[in-house]
Amino acid sequence: MTIENQVKQRRTQAGQTVLSVSDLHVTFPSEGGLVRAVRGLSFDLAAGETLGIVGESGSGKSVTSLAVMGLHPSTTRISGSIKLHGQELLGQTDSEMSQIRGRDLAMVFQDPLSALTPVYTIGDQIVEAIQAHYDIGKAKAWNRAVELLDLVGIPDPKTRVRSFPFEFSGGMRQRVMIAMAIANDPDVIIADEPTTALDVTIQAQVLEVLKTAQRETGAAVIMITHDLGVVANMSDRVIVMYAGRPVEAGSVDDIFYRPRMPYTIGLLGTVPRLDEANRGALPVLEGNPPTVVDLPAGCPFVPRCPIATEECSSVEPVLTDAGDPNHWVACHHLDEIKAKGLDHSVLFPAPELAERELAEIPRGERPVVLELRDLKRHFPLMKGAIYRRQIGTVYAVDGIDLDLRESETLGLVGESGCGKSTTLLEILNLGRPTTGTITVLGKDTSRLGRAERKKLRRDLQVVFQDPMASLDPRMPVFDIIAEPMSVHGYSKSEIEIRVRELLELVGLEPGHAERYPQHFSGGQRQRIGIARALSLEPKVMVLDEPVSALDVSIQAGVINLLEDLQGKLGLAYLFVAHDLAVIRHIADRVAVMYLGKIVEIGDVDEVYNDPKHPYTQALLSAIPIPDPKTERTRQRIVLSGDLPGPADPPSGCKFRTRCFRYATLGEGDRARCRDEVPQLTVHGADHRAACHFAD
Amino acid sequence: MLRYIGKRLLNYLVLLYVAVSLTWILAATQLNPRGLFALRQPPVPESTIDAQLSLYNLNDKVPLAERYWTWLVGVLQGNWGYSPLGVSVNDEISSRMWVSLRLLLIGTIIGIVVGVAIGAWTATRQYRISDRMLTFLSLLIISTPAFVIGHLTQIGATWFNNSTGTRTFEFIGESGDVGGYPLAWLVDRAQHLLLPTLVLIVLGAASMSRIQRNLMLDSLGADYVRTARAKGLPQRRAVMKHALRTALIPTGTYVAFSVATMFVGATFTERIFNFPGIGQYSIDTITYRDVNGVVAVTAFAGVCVLVGAVLSDILVAILDPRVRLQ
Amino acid sequence: MSTNVSPVLTEEVSANPVKRLNRGRLTFRRFLRNKTAVVGAAGILFLVLLAVVGPYMLYWRFDDIDPNAFLSPPDSAHLLGTTQAGRDVLALTARGLGKSLLIGFLVAILSTSISAMVGASAAYLGGWYERSMLWIIDLLLVVPSFFLIAIVSRSAPDGDTSWLLLVVLLAAFAWPLSARVVRSLTLSIREREYVLAAKFMGLGAFRIILRHILPNASSLLIIDATLGVGYAILSETGLSYFGFGVHAPDTSLGTLIGEGARMATTYPWVFLGPATVLVFLVLCVNAVGDGLRDALDPNSASGGQA
Repeated sequence: MTIENQVKQRRTQAGQTVLSVSDLHVTFPSEGGLVRAVRGLSFDLAAGETLGIVGESGSGKSVTSLAVMGLHPSTTRISGSIKLHGQELLGQTDSEMSQIRGRDLAMVFQDPLSALTPVYTIGDQIVEAIQAHYDIGKAKAWNRAVELLDLVGIPDPKTRVRSFPFEFSGGMRQRVMIAMAIANDPDVIIADEPTTALDVTIQAQVLEVLKTAQRETGAAVIMITHDLGVVANMSDRVIVMYAGRPVEAGSVDDIFYRPRMPYTIGLLGTVPRLDEANRGALPVLEGNPPTVVDLPAGCPFVPRCPIATEECSSVEPVLTDAGDPNHWVACHHLDEIKAKGLDHSVLFPAPELAERELAEIPRGERPVVLELRDLKRHFPLMKGAIYRRQIGTVYAVDGIDLDLRESETLGLVGESGCGKSTTLLEILNLGRPTTGTITVLGKDTSRLGRAERKKLRRDLQVVFQDPMASLDPRMPVFDIIAEPMSVHGYSKSEIEIRVRELLELVGLEPGHAERYPQHFSGGQRQRIGIARALSLEPKVMVLDEPVSALDVSIQAGVINLLEDLQGKLGLAYLFVAHDLAVIRHIADRVAVMYLGKIVEIGDVDEVYNDPKHPYTQALLSAIPIPDPKTERTRQRIVLSGDLPGPADPPSGCKFRTRCFRYATLGEGDRARCRDEVPQLTVHGADHRAACHFAD
Repeated sequence: MLRYIGKRLLNYLVLLYVAVSLTWILAATQLNPRGLFALRQPPVPESTIDAQLSLYNLNDKVPLAERYWTWLVGVLQGNWGYSPLGVSVNDEISSRMWVSLRLLLIGTIIGIVVGVAIGAWTATRQYRISDRMLTFLSLLIISTPAFVIGHLTQIGATWFNNSTGTRTFEFIGESGDVGGYPLAWLVDRAQHLLLPTLVLIVLGAASMSRIQRNLMLDSLGADYVRTARAKGLPQRRAVMKHALRTALIPTGTYVAFSVATMFVGATFTERIFNFPGIGQYSIDTITYRDVNGVVAVTAFAGVCVLVGAVLSDILVAILDPRVRLQ
Repeated sequence: MSTNVSPVLTEEVSANPVKRLNRGRLTFRRFLRNKTAVVGAAGILFLVLLAVVGPYMLYWRFDDIDPNAFLSPPDSAHLLGTTQAGRDVLALTARGLGKSLLIGFLVAILSTSISAMVGASAAYLGGWYERSMLWIIDLLLVVPSFFLIAIVSRSAPDGDTSWLLLVVLLAAFAWPLSARVVRSLTLSIREREYVLAAKFMGLGAFRIILRHILPNASSLLIIDATLGVGYAILSETGLSYFGFGVHAPDTSLGTLIGEGARMATTYPWVFLGPATVLVFLVLCVNAVGDGLRDALDPNSASGGQA
């Protein structure tokens, strides 16, 4: 299919090793001391194969990719061996490596928004990638660029090739990055968290494009990610990394069905599942991943491991054969785990949580604590950095109704730009929306006076997404938790007692009150944020993506805490998230938003088991499930295109431009979607969807 | 689009009008041109002083509002008034402008180019010895006031002239004794320009190199430079083509401003090397209580700043497709 | 309290004995690594000492006249020579240095305070208040400030406190640019979640600015104040050089340099003494400013190697 295929001779047949890494060590200096980011990583990568490297932050997975590409800063020390087609890459000069990079080894980075040079066109940048290695004419190179854009699914590539990066959405830019990576038919493509910055429906598209790219080029892929679902979906083999070391390696089935290292077992066990109803509390993998500065001797997982022994603290285990072909595990207790069949229910038992007493009372009889009626928030759309002017209106929230009752959790889900954050800010502002009403505990917020509004704030509190950003770094924890109370006139002695109580309630030591936020891990910071929100004894908590910034193994503990607190304090949660698996686990009811409107709402199991709206169906189907067998057999609905801008929404049903059902309709039915805004209609006891053709 | 440019220009004009009017009030109330005649020997009769001051709309016995109105009407007719001794401000500005331009154009432009080059180069060599030396040198230069540098070069030049017994360096005025050979006037001018131009280059390059080095350091760490390297561009080419090109966008703003404000930015250099330009004029107007001259210089400077603002908008739009196309 | 949640977590901190450096110590360490900045700090200390203690330690007072030495080059009696009037250049320099330092620091503190308050309140409160503040800033940036200060300062009455007027004037024109920077920083801090959290817990605007916004802009403010010292000294000496700043009988480095400059090519020492001190002073201040910027700015590239 390409010019390069004629130029370039495949040096490796399918199944043969293309890339061989052995005993890789990467060390670099930092403020805290030497960071030993990777400590002894070895793997062989066969042509056409996909290797998943999984790990949490600080596990060394991204450092590995830069080391293979030779793109680390000059202060980094690398030892071991990286061989491509048997040729040693370590120790090559920059100009030698430049010949290899982009031709034999290609890379797709995490953040597509910043990965393209803003001042050159997409075409220029792809052509540059080709001409860096092959002496072909300009016209030919441009044709090839158009071909590549077509391959990665950019519509109208002939025109779009002349666009600048800022004219593309994030998903489109990631497609361009993939086009650039495969421009010279590489032997190995390294994808470093390529979909982490993207929404789920876009992630599904990009993963498909990556698979297409791999099929077309026959390249081996190294897929670096923290998302177990993505690994299950993409990989043939998996390496699990922890604190710079590979702790388990094997086929994807070995890892997901026969994990032997306690860390792997815990990681897989703690993740909420999209395809399972709430099973009660989640198993908890205690503690945090260690920082890789001044690591103590022994296995780095010891502080979090339930079966650690003295041997584990003194000698770091090496990868040993776990019995299955090519399944390697670094654990001193491998035999015991294998023999007893230890799994997460034994190693990381789920804690008991407080029961929700009010849950016994039927929903209809519990008081409504938060009610939105036809809520709209429109913003003027301003344009131009220099000559600012209004050129339209952003329909950020465009008429939503919902109610939240005491002691229940309503999940609000949708992709970025759907209006869920705006909805949340509207509620928290306790002000006057563009139109519609917000009623909190029976009070219409547009009619509140200053003092009343301040008083009402006590009953409505918020926990934010980023636990680092939501705590003022210059205040000690005591002051942070005490601030709302001092604003609302608590006495000094009351505050003193209450801060201690609250710290205990969220599972922190009272002694931690003197420390600053930066001395805590992400999970602990989120607990501080929760303690602050609880300090005024609110009745309603708004949770804005409270676990999405946390490492996978930390999320479960925070989710359990939230459930426990709800049982104890009878709180109502409005839980905003993009992670549908978390919502399925924690929410009683769920509302799905698309372009400022709720398209489906109802009981969480009803909606997840039998989604009626095509968008909900696509959303649920787009999420990779951490189960390789399910992933292999799943039929995925991949939506076409991007989310339309909220300033220029389609007429009638806003989803119709991406709707797969719309595509199959006759002209008469299509006209209805175009002209008539669908209203929410009943589809079950507590299940409504806004689609003309929901059945 | 045009409407918005028009709106912005209108805002500029209002801003300029207010600024110049305030300066007029400040100068008219503070400078006291009457004081010029106070120490004259023999004493000038008050009626004569009044007559002369009134002639040039400078008489403090006339109500402020009335004087302001007279001044404003004059300005609207294109006449910026006269000095207390009757010299036309319009004439002064229009002749001195070209002196400043002749003095400053070469130095400013070379200074910018050299500064950008040094800044970009040192950024790629961060923490190496060459970077440290040049960074320190530019720190030293920006810490040295223009008047110190100016006099230091004069001391150096005098020493050189004396020890070689030549008159290689000339540093008083725009021109001096012109020799009798062909193109002698050009050589003479060049000799006089040499030192001040050198000072301008050194000062301009030092501050520009600091700005450019910081911009370049930011863009060197950018993801897109890494992408360019991942494509197979060698370090050098990735830096030149991707990092430098992007880092030049904000430079456009600085360049626009420094070129536009060039006329008023070289007060010290003009003074020290005795070039009768705008900068020199601005000091003279204050010294000689020239209210109308002061206001005209302020207006001139204001126009320069605003032209700089417009110029930088245009330059950034040329350099940055995000601004150009949105 | 459900017992199965807490013990898990109480161990987290103790089980994770990572030495996390606190911000202040980290900044200090990064600053110490920058040798130029450390030398600069020592230099400032030395100059402050010279200005404060010098007048008492030196043999000559700044207004003494040595009738045996008019315009005498540096020798053992007058380490930096004498002026046309027979005054000791070293004593004059120490005296002028003191004035320049005082003016520099006062102006920097004053103008940084103004820019912090104006910038932060404009960004946080928004609306017509922000627009009018921005307009005033634009106005002040359009006029040539050096020139206007000269006009007022020239016609100000002489006296012991006339330098205070100069401080006010310099500060009044020095704040707009940094107020703009503070404003854009506040615009981003305003959107941070801890500010939103404070707002949603019922904190008033003024307390939010004072407790949450300004402390978190402190890096910028410290850097701004430091570099502001250098800027103020340069402005003051520039004005004094032309005779518009510090008036006789008082003296500043600028006044001395202006005086010496007239004979710079024939009697260079009158010029060179104060000029060297001035350059050294501003260099030290700027070096400390640069060092602080590197140390305080988390994005600074000096990471592990500066």
